[in-house]
Amino acid sequence: MASLVGSRVERKEDKRFLTGKGRYTSDINLVNQTHAVFVRSPHARAKIKKLDISKASKASGVVSILTGNEIAEDKIGGLIAGWAIRSEDGTEMKCPANPPLAKDNVNFVGDPIAIVIADSLDEAKVAAEMVKVDYKVLKAVTGTADAMKGDAIHDGINKNLCFDWLLGDRQKVKEAFDKADKVISIDIINNRLVPNAMEPRACVADYNSGSDEITLYTTSQNPHLSRLIMSAFGNVAPEHKLRVVAPDVGGGFGSKINVYNEDIVCSWAAKKINRAIKWVAERSESFLTDIHGRDHVTHAELAVTNDGKFLGFKNETIANLGAYARVFGTVTPTYLFGPCATGVYDIPAAYSNVKAVFTNTAPVDAYRGAGRPEATYTIERLVEKTAMELGIDRTEIRKKNFPSSFPFKQTLVHTVDSGDYVAGLDKAKQMADYDGFQARKKDSESRGKLRGIGVTSYFEACGIAPSAAVMSLGCGVGLWESAEVRFNPTGQVTVYTGSHSHGQSHQTTFAQIAADELGVPMENIDIVHGDTDKGTFGMGTYGSRSLTVGGIAIVKACNKIVEKGKRVAAKMLEASPDEVDFKDGEFIVAKSNKKKTIGEVAFALYLPGSRDSEFKSPLPEGEEPGLKETSFFDPANFSFPAGSHIAEVEIDPDTGEVKLEKYTACDDFGRIVNPMIVEGQVHGGLAQGIGQALYENAEYDETGQLMTGSYMDYTMPRADNFPEFNIGYTCTHATTNPLGVKGCGEAGAIAAPPTVMNAVIDALGGQEITMPATAEKVWKACKSMKKSNAKAA
Amino acid sequence: MKSFNYHSAKDSKEASKLSSSNSAYLAGGMTTIPSMKLGLASYKDIIDIKNIKKLSGIKVSGKSVTIGATTKHVEVANSKDVKKAISSLAALAEGIGDPQVRNRGTIGGSIANNDPSADYPSACIALDATIHTNERKIEASKFFKGMFETALKKGELIEAIEFKIPEKSSYQKYPNPASRYAVVGVYVAKHKDGTRVAVTGAKPCVYNDKDLSKVLDSNFSVNSIAGMELKSSDMNSDIHASAEYRANLVVIQAKKAVEAC
Repeated sequence: MASLVGSRVERKEDKRFLTGKGRYTSDINLVNQTHAVFVRSPHARAKIKKLDISKASKASGVVSILTGNEIAEDKIGGLIAGWAIRSEDGTEMKCPANPPLAKDNVNFVGDPIAIVIADSLDEAKVAAEMVKVDYKVLKAVTGTADAMKGDAIHDGINKNLCFDWLLGDRQKVKEAFDKADKVISIDIINNRLVPNAMEPRACVADYNSGSDEITLYTTSQNPHLSRLIMSAFGNVAPEHKLRVVAPDVGGGFGSKINVYNEDIVCSWAAKKINRAIKWVAERSESFLTDIHGRDHVTHAELAVTNDGKFLGFKNETIANLGAYARVFGTVTPTYLFGPCATGVYDIPAAYSNVKAVFTNTAPVDAYRGAGRPEATYTIERLVEKTAMELGIDRTEIRKKNFPSSFPFKQTLVHTVDSGDYVAGLDKAKQMADYDGFQARKKDSESRGKLRGIGVTSYFEACGIAPSAAVMSLGCGVGLWESAEVRFNPTGQVTVYTGSHSHGQSHQTTFAQIAADELGVPMENIDIVHGDTDKGTFGMGTYGSRSLTVGGIAIVKACNKIVEKGKRVAAKMLEASPDEVDFKDGEFIVAKSNKKKTIGEVAFALYLPGSRDSEFKSPLPEGEEPGLKETSFFDPANFSFPAGSHIAEVEIDPDTGEVKLEKYTACDDFGRIVNPMIVEGQVHGGLAQGIGQALYENAEYDETGQLMTGSYMDYTMPRADNFPEFNIGYTCTHATTNPLGVKGCGEAGAIAAPPTVMNAVIDALGGQEITMPATAEKVWKACKSMKKSNAKAA
Repeated sequence: MKSFNYHSAKDSKEASKLSSSNSAYLAGGMTTIPSMKLGLASYKDIIDIKNIKKLSGIKVSGKSVTIGATTKHVEVANSKDVKKAISSLAALAEGIGDPQVRNRGTIGGSIANNDPSADYPSACIALDATIHTNERKIEASKFFKGMFETALKKGELIEAIEFKIPEKSSYQKYPNPASRYAVVGVYVAKHKDGTRVAVTGAKPCVYNDKDLSKVLDSNFSVNSIAGMELKSSDMNSDIHASAEYRANLVVIQAKKAVEAC
C-alpha cells in the first residue's frame, strides 16, 4: 500500500465547505432562543458614573439587561493571562482585573459594560441604544513608546508596566560589544494588526434546567481550553456541567484562542434567564474587540567584526498589551519572542529585554506567528542593514553566521535539532534567480522605476509547548495534546483529537496519518474535533502545533492499537506476539505466512467468537475486549521549521506605489504530509505577512479611537496585490517526533514582513521606513532620495 | 436597521408625490442601505425608483451620450455605444467598486450622493454634463455644491445625465488600497471649446482644476504639466493621504490621463 503521507490528497472537507454545507456557530438556531447585543464603551478610558437601564428594560421585546453588578454579585471571574512572567528584578508581573462586564472603569473603545437580551436582534439593538451611561472621560494612553510616561491606567500598576523581562546575559553582551569593530543599530516599529478572520466571533449559549447543563457553541480554536478557563477561573459552571462546542470555524489566526467576555457572559446569562442566547459579532465589533497582534517598538544592536562575523546582539523592546493581559498576551512578547531574537545565527552573546505595557487599546495577543514575526523582523532587518553598511553580499553575511552543524545550541534558549540553512538559502537564490537581479534592476530603471531585492533567513519554534522546554524557562504551563482512536466493530475508525481545525484541513491530514499507521482506507476514517463532550482533552490549535503535537498523539494512539492488535492476532494466528508483524493493515506471522487484517482483529475484539465455529474466544487471557486507545503527547522539544525567502519589488517614484514583482519561499517544514495543504498554508501566511509589510495597520488616534475600524480604512490585501508565489522546499526531518514533521502554519507570516521590507528599503537606497510601506511613505522617501542624489551630483 | 415603509413608484410623478421630508429615493441602494444598516440614516418612507422604465437606458446622438438615472454601472461599462462615443466613460464605470456594486449601483445614485471620492461626478464635470431632473436641467458645474451636497431640492429626482462627447478623454483613478475608492481621480477631456480637468478625491467636492486646464488648453501634452506643483492648502488630508501627497497625485494622474488620451 502506497503511503498517503506525502501525497496531494484532496481535502475531505472541501465538499462540505464548497457546497455551503458547513455548520458555523451563527448557523445554529435553538428553539426559543434570544438575541444579545452588548453595550460597549465609546471611550478609551473613563469612569462609569452612572448606568441607567430603566428605560431600555421596558423596551419592546427585552428579556433581560445584565451589567457588571450582577456579574460581580454572582462572583463570575474575569478574563485571565495564561502565563505568569517574572521581571528581571524578580518581581511577578502585574495585571489588572478584567471583569467580563466592566463595572467601574472602561479601558478601551469596545469594552463591554452590559448585555441586552431580547426576543429579536432588532429589538436588542434598539434597547441597547436606550441604555444610558454617564461617563467621566479620562485621558487615554494609546502609544506604545510613550505608555510608561502616561497616567497609570490601572490602579497599582506603576508606569503601566506589566513586567520588565530579561532573557540572556547583559554582562556577556557588554564584553562582546567592547570587542566589536562596529556596532550596527536599528529602531523598529512592528505595526499593530487586526487578525480579521473571515467568520466574525459568535456564540450561542444554551441552558438545560433539567440537567443543570450549559452548552456553549462558540468560535473557538480550543474548546477544551475554553471550558477549562471558564470553569476554573470564570466560575461559570463546573467542567462536567459545561459543554463547549466549536463547530466549523471560519479562521482564527490566534484571535479565537481566547475565551472572550461574550462567551462567559452569554453562558452565565443563559442560565440566569433559562433561555438560549445567541450573539454574533458585527464586523465593526470584531475590529474593536478581537485581540490585535504585534505592536512592538524595538531598539536592537548587533556587534560585528569588519568582515561580518556577529559577536553580540541586544534587543530592547516595548510590547503593547492593550488594556488587559489575555490568555497568550504575556507569553507572546516573552517566551515566543525572546528566544527567537537571534534568528538563524550563531551569536555568542545576546539578550532580549521586553517591557510590556498597558494602554487604552484592544488587548494584544497571539496572532499568526505570535512573537516570532516580531523577533524575525528585528534581526533580519538588522542583518540586512549590517550587510549594506559593511558592503558584504546579504546572502554571504548570513551564511557566514549560520550554525556550522546540528543540533545547534543557540545562545539564548533553543537547541535546534535539525536543519540545513545553507542549502535552503542556496535553493531560494536559485529559485529566485538572485544572480539575475542586476539585469532586472537596470530594466526597471530604464522605465523610470526603482527596484529592490530583499532576503530573509528565518527559523521558528513551533509546536508549543513542550512542558520540559518551557518549564526550564521558568514557565509553569506545558501544552500537550490528546488523541483517541476508536475502531468500530465493523472496521471503520473514528479519531478524536484535541486539536481544532478552523481552516487547517485536519480532517484530511490526520486521516492520512491514521490511514498510514493503521492500514485502513482514508474514507473509513473520521476525524472528530471541537466538542468537549466527544474528545478526551485538548489544548487546541495555534503555534503550528496541530501536526507536531496533536498529529503525533494520533500516531501514538495508533501505535497502542497496533500493539493490542498484535497480542490478539497472535492468539488468533497461533503464534507469540513477538512473531507478529504489522504492515499495511495486516498482522502477519512470517514463519507460517498466516495473516489477519486489522478489521478482523477489531471485529474479534468487539464480537469474540462469532466467527469461530468452536465459539472459543480469540482474546488472550486477561485482554480487555474492545479496540480503543488514548494517548497524550508531550513532545521533548519544540520543532524548528526554517527557510529563506526572497522578494523583489518595483517602485514607481511618482506615486510611491510598491509592486511586489516576485516572491520566493523556500521552506524546511520537515516531512510534509500533504503538499497541497502546505502550499495553502504558505500562501495564507505570505498574504498576511505581505499585508503587514505593505498594507495593514491598526491605528488609534490619541483619544483611543480606532481610526482603521472597517475595510474602508483597514487595508486587507487582496489577490491582485500579490504575484504568483514561487514555493519550494528543502527537507530535514525533525528528530523530536516519529513523523519528522515541523509545522508550517506560521512560516509565511514570519518571513514575509522582513523579506518585503528589505526589498523596499533596498530599492530606496537603504532609507529606513516603517511598516506598512504605504505609497505616501515611499513617495516621500523617493523625494528625499532625489534631493540627496541631486546634492551629490 | 429601523423599519420603514417601502413604495415602488411607477413613474417620476408618483415618486415625487410620495416624497416627503422624511423619505429617500432608492435606486441601487449602494450607499442608502449601508447607511441605514449602520444607523447613520433612517427614513420613514423608501421610494424605490428602479421600476420606472423611463429612467433606465442609454441614448447616443452625434454630440452627446445620455444615460438614464437608474442605469447600472455594469450597463454603462458594457455598452458598445458608450465605448464608441466616450470610451473613457465606459472605462470609468468598469472601475467602480466590485462586480456586486456594479450590478446594482446606478449613475443617478452616485451623482445624487456626491461622495467626495466617487468617480462619476468627475465625468460630469469633465464631460460638461447636463443633469436632467423631473423639474429642470442643471449644468454639472452648478450641480455639485460641496461634500455630499448637490443642487437637488428635496424630492427632486434625477432622470438622466447628458454627457458631451469630447475629442479625446481619459479618466485615471489612484485607488485607495483599502476601499478602492479614489484617493485621487483625474478626468481629462479635450473638447472643441477647451480642456477640462475634473478632479475627484482631492478636495471636499469634485472640481475642474483651472491651472491644469489652462496649461493643457495651450499645449495638450504630458510635458506641459510635468513638474507642475499645485497648491495643496485646500486639499483633503486624512490617514490615507496628506494634502501634499494628494496634490502630487493630481498632477501624476493628470499626466497619465493626457498620455492615455
